[in-house]
Amino acid sequence: MRALLVICLLPLVASAGEVTGYARIAGGDFITALKYEDARGPTKVAPFDIMRRPVTNAEFLAFVTRNPAWRRDRVAPVFAGPDYLAHWPAPARLSPDGLGGQPVTRVSWYAANAYCEEQGARLPRWFEWEYVAAADETRRDARRDPAWRERILGWYARPSSRSLPRSGAQAANAYGVRDLHGVVWEWTDDYSALLVSGDNRNQGDPDRTQFCGAGALSIDDRENYAVLMRVAMLSSLGGSDTTMNLGFRCVREVR
Amino acid sequence: MKRLVSLLPFVFVFVLAGCDRAQRAPDAGAAIPAQVTTGGSKGGDFGPPQGEPVKAVLTSPPFVPPATGRTQPAKVIVELEVIEKEMAISEGVRYMFWTFGGTVPGSFIRVRQGDTVEFHLKNAPDSKMPHNIDLHGVTGPGGGAASSFTAPGHASRFTFKALNAGLYVYHCATAPVGMHVANGMYGLILIEPPQGLSKVDREYYVMQGDFYTVGKYREKGLQGFSMEKAIDEHPTYVLFNGGEGALTGEKALTAKTGESVRLYVGNGGPNLVSSFHVIGEIFDKVWYEGGTHFQENVQTTLIPAGGAAMMEFHVEVPGSYVLVDHSIFRAFNKGAVAILKAEGPEVAAIYSGKEVDEMYLGDRAQPNLAAVANAARSAKAGALTLDEQIKAGQALFAGTCSTCHQGNGQGLPGVFPPLAKSDYFAKDPTRIVDVVLRGLSGTVKVNGQAYNSVMPPMSQLTDDEAANIATYVLNSWGNPGGRVSSDEVAKRRKEAPVAAAAPH
Repeated sequence: MRALLVICLLPLVASAGEVTGYARIAGGDFITALKYEDARGPTKVAPFDIMRRPVTNAEFLAFVTRNPAWRRDRVAPVFAGPDYLAHWPAPARLSPDGLGGQPVTRVSWYAANAYCEEQGARLPRWFEWEYVAAADETRRDARRDPAWRERILGWYARPSSRSLPRSGAQAANAYGVRDLHGVVWEWTDDYSALLVSGDNRNQGDPDRTQFCGAGALSIDDRENYAVLMRVAMLSSLGGSDTTMNLGFRCVREVR
Repeated sequence: MKRLVSLLPFVFVFVLAGCDRAQRAPDAGAAIPAQVTTGGSKGGDFGPPQGEPVKAVLTSPPFVPPATGRTQPAKVIVELEVIEKEMAISEGVRYMFWTFGGTVPGSFIRVRQGDTVEFHLKNAPDSKMPHNIDLHGVTGPGGGAASSFTAPGHASRFTFKALNAGLYVYHCATAPVGMHVANGMYGLILIEPPQGLSKVDREYYVMQGDFYTVGKYREKGLQGFSMEKAIDEHPTYVLFNGGEGALTGEKALTAKTGESVRLYVGNGGPNLVSSFHVIGEIFDKVWYEGGTHFQENVQTTLIPAGGAAMMEFHVEVPGSYVLVDHSIFRAFNKGAVAILKAEGPEVAAIYSGKEVDEMYLGDRAQPNLAAVANAARSAKAGALTLDEQIKAGQALFAGTCSTCHQGNGQGLPGVFPPLAKSDYFAKDPTRIVDVVLRGLSGTVKVNGQAYNSVMPPMSQLTDDEAANIATYVLNSWGNPGGRVSSDEVAKRRKEAPVAAAAPH
């Protein structure tokens, strides 16, 4: 029934290659690549809606214009570092070279969070993001396919000095969601709970009890190091940090 | 007090050397007899840093920063930037390297034992990955790794005291560690002993690493990293200084005859252990494992992954000296080759170059060909036996035919047809004479397998020789037997013109 609903929503997506709105994710049981001390067996993922593509510069500009407190020249430094939106020519203006359609990057977690809140949404939790991102164009869980992994890793090997593509320009995955891989990293709501040690070799160290409970995390699926690298990336960041390759999308809870 | 005690052995040697500075320098490296220890890290703290902080000179490979020249502990500031960049791994082959300082291996760092090192690790804003650094010369958990975990566009700082002298590897330790190392994130830090190292004419920095690309060796284009090959430890490339040709041709290391050369050689791995060797040189000294003591007169030294060694040699004779991993397929099939080109006048008293180039027949000359001579004598007397023919044929076969058909007549499957138990000859034993005289090209089927290669005519053989070879083959390896006479060969030779023997 839910699958039918997703299909029904598809024609509502705006035409001419423009992808907007949210896709409905039915949720279900999911084996995560991460291993939490207190979690055994599959993780339950509740239904949610997720943006079909990452938020763009143009969309974020509209947000900043509505909420000037989030302009780069007005934002409180604790919420966004000095590189926040530094690629924009002015605090509330974009260059006309296609920047508007590219995924927004150089956004802090706080700014991304505020954007989603304004939309009546929130940032995806890691499990939600991982659940949707496990799909390829035809399968909802393509993680066992080496080709899927190679494609993700291919992006890691591409220099980020090259210009980003338009947001939503890649083919949609089995859920109708685009650009989860291959364009930008994405913030998650609970990124700060992804406590991967800065030194990857400490797994099994008695010291790890310092990260109690859910934080004590290690990688269950060692083959799936593509995910490991994303988690390592997120865990290297603070909430006010931004990078040239880090954007976000929002999710809405289904009531 | 501790500091004073630790310095005593050096002072002692210094006095022995007659306080002559010029004398002292060359001997400094030899200052520590094998039985005496340096005191390790406990003897490496010479107190708080003295004077103004010093900015460390970093160099790109293959160059090494100058000696610190310091006699007191200093505060040394090291600034190293992580840069992810696409570079050539081989001609026409690109690879996305992750680097310390924009090169593979990363910048060479040189400090003195007892120095306090303030380490700044910067991660370029356009990096995709977070990175950190583990310096094997650091005393402390993780070698600095956890303290230097740095997101793109960030910089972090930590400070350590260099307590142990030696040559140490540094590398990135961010998840997945193996991948960061395999992408080129390693380099060397030299912690000079307090008395410094002896003066040499040239110092070079070479580091071996193994690389794992999705495509085959030398497959063109941008090649991605293959985790599968890395886990299997099947490298596509094994390289010195991060690229095929990084130290050859125009970029070869150079020296002049009469000079002494010191190499600082590290092995970043991630997987392979190096059997480091310089073809045509003998290391006068090897500070094995990068430590304090040296071995003398060494041909090949083992450098573990995540380890290093220093070696010195004196160049006597000009020419190209080839640095290899003597696990030799890595050198000639995976790229682990570098050149040190030495210029200067020839020194014939030490190495003459080629003096003689003449034929050498070895043991073919006597015992083997005795059988041939025997057969020839008997044939002349009209008393040639089958056994004599076979023995002569065997000797001739070994010289002429076995290169391709192998000594056991088995040939090489798909390339050179077998003569053993050959259905080709079983069908018509007389064929063998024609094959020997005229060669064979085009497709033949032997024992169920098709062959399509060219055997040149063996028309250089005399009638006697051809007859003996044919007889030997027919009577060996399960073939049907029979006997070919010299007259028969002469007849076959006359019946159809035989092409002149091609160079074989």
